[in-house]
Amino acid sequence: MLGADLTLYEEDERRLAAVLRRLCEDAKSRAVFLIDKSGQLIAAAGETANVDTTSLASLTAGNIAASGGLAQLLGEKEFSVLFHEGEKDNLHISVVAQRAILVVLFDHRSSLGLVRLRLKRAAEDIGQAFAEMALRTQQEAGRGRAEFRAQFAQLTDEDIENLFKG
Amino acid sequence: MSFINYAAREINCKLVYYGPGLCGKTTNLQHIYSKVEPNTKGKLISLATETERTLFFDFLPLELGTIRGFKTRFHLYTVPGQVFYDASRKLILRGTDGVILVADSQIERVEANIESLENLEANLTEQNLSLDRLPFVLQYNKRDLPNIVPAEELQVLLNPNNVPWFEACAKKGTGVFETLKGVAKLVLNELKKKT
Repeated sequence: MLGADLTLYEEDERRLAAVLRRLCEDAKSRAVFLIDKSGQLIAAAGETANVDTTSLASLTAGNIAASGGLAQLLGEKEFSVLFHEGEKDNLHISVVAQRAILVVLFDHRSSLGLVRLRLKRAAEDIGQAFAEMALRTQQEAGRGRAEFRAQFAQLTDEDIENLFKG
Repeated sequence: MSFINYAAREINCKLVYYGPGLCGKTTNLQHIYSKVEPNTKGKLISLATETERTLFFDFLPLELGTIRGFKTRFHLYTVPGQVFYDASRKLILRGTDGVILVADSQIERVEANIESLENLEANLTEQNLSLDRLPFVLQYNKRDLPNIVPAEELQVLLNPNNVPWFEACAKKGTGVFETLKGVAKLVLNELKKKT
């Protein structure tokens, strides 16, 4: 499990993107998205150019949150898989590594069975990646943060004012 | 829950507009959406009923610019204000980095504001959060209406900790960006403290 705040370094992004690319190919899907439960897009692969990924991430997180609420209402821990079937495209949404959501967008070239089969390995790989990310964040708390801290320590009210100009 | 992406050099933060039904949360987002440059905003998503009451949430992603080499993105959410949508409000509060309580300044909505603030505190407590530890600002909305409570009185009722507060008329846009800027300042300063 990662801590409350999520920090993604370049190597994490590359590693997760590679997992998603392989899943996208193996499952013959159109695109694959990895989203944080709070609605932030972590990584994506496949035909993502024409998809509003920010909105997709927010709505998916809302969807999972609502399903989680329903699950609790009925005494379940969570409903970890959602499936939306459309005329052309389908969405398979699943919770992975407790805190993330994996979304697979696929059409007639694939099938629900294939997606579910290929998902298993990807979910394990993502879980492993997250576990290592969490461990490393603890062990090397100062590393990437030093860069960030150095820049953020200088943050002034003027910087924030500038964000709102123009 | 802020998300710092070193790969893309981005900081993403989540802000939630809270408040009683019809206080103007969605109107705040609509005004921001109408005023910012098209290239700095995403779509405004409203999950609303046919009568335009928020059913689940409104969502507006906003890219404010670069700060110390990091693109700064805020994801603005509103909650449904009506009392019976409490389950949805709890879900939307998850992972928030800052909260804006939009209070309706009209005399007849005083109790609704207090109830909403109490509900916010209760829902945050469930998530081991509290208003003392979370970037939090107040917006006294609808200041243009005739039957309003003086700001000083609202301060006593809603703002014992004296957090930053802003008078607004969200319909005309007055005070909307000031409120957003106020909470953004607190969130970014909090991020600075955490690092």
